[in-house]
Amino acid sequence: MYPTTRMENSSEPLLSVHGLHKSFDDNPILKGVSLDVEKGDLVSIIGPSGCGKSTFLRCMNFLEIPDAGKISIAGVEIDCQGLEDAPPRDLKEKAHKLRQHVGMVFQQFNLFPHKTILENIMLAPMVVRGIPREDAEKNGLRLLEKVGLGALADRYPAQMSGGQQQRAGIARALAMNPQVMLYDEPTSALDPELVDEVLKVMKDLDNEGMTQIVVTHEMRFARDASDYIVFMEKGHIVEISDEDEIFQNPKDERTRQFLKRFI
Amino acid sequence: MLRHLASILLCTATLAVAQETAPQPVLRWAADPDSNAPYTFYGSDNKLTGFEYEIINAIARHMGRKAEFVQNDWDGLIPGLGRGMYDVVICGIEITPDKAGEVLFSNPYYVTFEQLVVRKGTAPITSLDQLSGKQIGTLDQTAALSMLEKTPGVEAKTYDEEINAYQDVANGRLFGVLLDYPIAKYYAAPNPNLQFSGPPFGQIVYGIAIKKGNTELQQDINKALQEVIASGEMRDILSRWGLWTPTVAGAFGQPEDPSQADTSYKAFVASHSEEASFTTRLQRYWSYWPLLLNATILTVEISLVGMMLAIAVGFTLAIMRVFGPWPLRWIATLYIEIIRGTPLLIQLLILFYGLPNIGIKLAPFVAGVLGLGLNYAAYEAENYRAGLLAIPKGQMEAARALGMTHFQGLRFVVIPQSFRLVLPPVTNDFISLLKDSSLVSMVTLVDLTGAYNRIATQSFDFFGTGLLVAAIYLLIGLPFVRLARYTEQTLAVDQRRPNQKPGMIPGLNMINKLTNR
Repeated sequence: MYPTTRMENSSEPLLSVHGLHKSFDDNPILKGVSLDVEKGDLVSIIGPSGCGKSTFLRCMNFLEIPDAGKISIAGVEIDCQGLEDAPPRDLKEKAHKLRQHVGMVFQQFNLFPHKTILENIMLAPMVVRGIPREDAEKNGLRLLEKVGLGALADRYPAQMSGGQQQRAGIARALAMNPQVMLYDEPTSALDPELVDEVLKVMKDLDNEGMTQIVVTHEMRFARDASDYIVFMEKGHIVEISDEDEIFQNPKDERTRQFLKRFI
Repeated sequence: MLRHLASILLCTATLAVAQETAPQPVLRWAADPDSNAPYTFYGSDNKLTGFEYEIINAIARHMGRKAEFVQNDWDGLIPGLGRGMYDVVICGIEITPDKAGEVLFSNPYYVTFEQLVVRKGTAPITSLDQLSGKQIGTLDQTAALSMLEKTPGVEAKTYDEEINAYQDVANGRLFGVLLDYPIAKYYAAPNPNLQFSGPPFGQIVYGIAIKKGNTELQQDINKALQEVIASGEMRDILSRWGLWTPTVAGAFGQPEDPSQADTSYKAFVASHSEEASFTTRLQRYWSYWPLLLNATILTVEISLVGMMLAIAVGFTLAIMRVFGPWPLRWIATLYIEIIRGTPLLIQLLILFYGLPNIGIKLAPFVAGVLGLGLNYAAYEAENYRAGLLAIPKGQMEAARALGMTHFQGLRFVVIPQSFRLVLPPVTNDFISLLKDSSLVSMVTLVDLTGAYNRIATQSFDFFGTGLLVAAIYLLIGLPFVRLARYTEQTLAVDQRRPNQKPGMIPGLNMINKLTNR
């Protein structure tokens, strides 16, 4: 059996995934993944390339449509069984509702290059939520201040360093007031000296009680900041452990092999 | 912009009203006045003139009708008659059995023959058989051409404009040109390098073409024509134009001597004498400016409206092809492949001359805009498709992840970015369309190229007129190129350096210095 949770009390999880399957063509990537995450947790997902960790993350936001399984986030529950055959309209509504609660940060930042970073942040609240321009701007500036970019509001993405761009990407996701933040290898595209400024923002958010799931290769961050670590291999969650435990005394042989390089 | 279109609609409307209320009905007649002296052509004062022009006006007067001129390209004259653009065509059309199957003909209004023209000093020719093994020029669809084709060993070359054929004889590219006597008299006789040779060949009979089935009009015209001949008016007109020959006199049973001096012929030759001084040339160019101005306005109008249509339709096609479900994708692809795979000229001709067969009659301006716009839409569609596909997938993903719908992602994220990408190819296409708009002269519009044809064939000055009109095309295109470059640079926000003020673009200062702006 595969582990599914580290939850210590019996309260309702904020995010709950059950039996998630996903194949590309005939190539199975996720083979029944289940995970419960409690409010306020910071969870790191690690594992070798091709283990399905990024696909798993993208499924939680319906950027990929799962073949089977159940996803429930902040009370919105979607049963993915046969979803690909369901009327697209139905799927759109469900995915749209779910995304309202989930923020996403990308490896390549994916900022909108034709807009200043302040405009990047203001766009979705104005377009999706219909928030007036002044309010969106006020909120945008507050978020930029929070990630340390208050002075650069009028810069275009191409005028900023990778670290600054990724912090702006986080601020952009926060502008929609998500209950869960998903990070897809947020520091992999960064020069080493720029990694820390991004990780610091994530730690600050953790201290404020944000629920965060991070797919990462950044083992030091995983160990230092995570509440616990999920290890994936070949489409399964193999081990869920406390950060100290997994590095010092991995339970599973596959985890041990993978972490050998980092210990 | 739409002034032209509106005025056409207005014209049609008032015309309809006029027909209902005015006591004098109109006789709409058509000719191709370009390179068409002495039949119907624009004189040096840019007014219509010519012996056919005078004849048809005399006929209309005798019919109690008001003559109204409709311009059309030579190749479109008979099709235009079929689609009801006008009542009759008078344009040196020979009465031949195969043409008689397509249209009705009036009685002959002029009888003449084919005249051979060779270079000065060539040994005399007495029969067509002597032309064996030689290259002889003529016009398409003429009696001269069929005569040449029946003569063994003659290599017949057809020209669009008689003036070019005679020019090639003078240049030594052709041995001679066989064409109707009036053409030879006006285009070859004044040229000191050319000479008439041989006897009159064959007999040519010109008739007025009338839409098939309209025998009532045919009878009215024949009656009026008979009156014009009998009253001596015909002899006066043809005498003034130097065309009262024994042949035509014999055909009408009238005296062989001209009744008046050939003043119109003399005036034509004088205004086309080769030795135009530089200042008279400049004066002549200056006298063309109203024509050139109108033609330029028409070219710009048709290009801008056509481009707007191309952008709108092209954008729709691109969206259909990139994001649509398969039936829409399929339709868009089919449209693009068909339109790109067939010549614009054919598309224009189908729109203008073909559609009336199924009851759709388009005004020339509308047909021109539709032809250009729908053709370029196919190219625009491919530009936009490339632009949309060039935007990284992550941009749409980021938009979707932020809760935007697919449409919102397109509207606010993908399309604004592709806009800058496609601007250079779209500018290219516009310049290209501007030049392709010259094809609308095929659907009776006098655009810049139409004006070039008229001026060049009227003044025999192909070189100077060509340079003038080419320069106007260039001048029209330049501002659009500059505008596009400026827009492109203003939009290039993702290439700005840090601390750069908006509007300050890398390289722009250097370009400004170089171009000394």
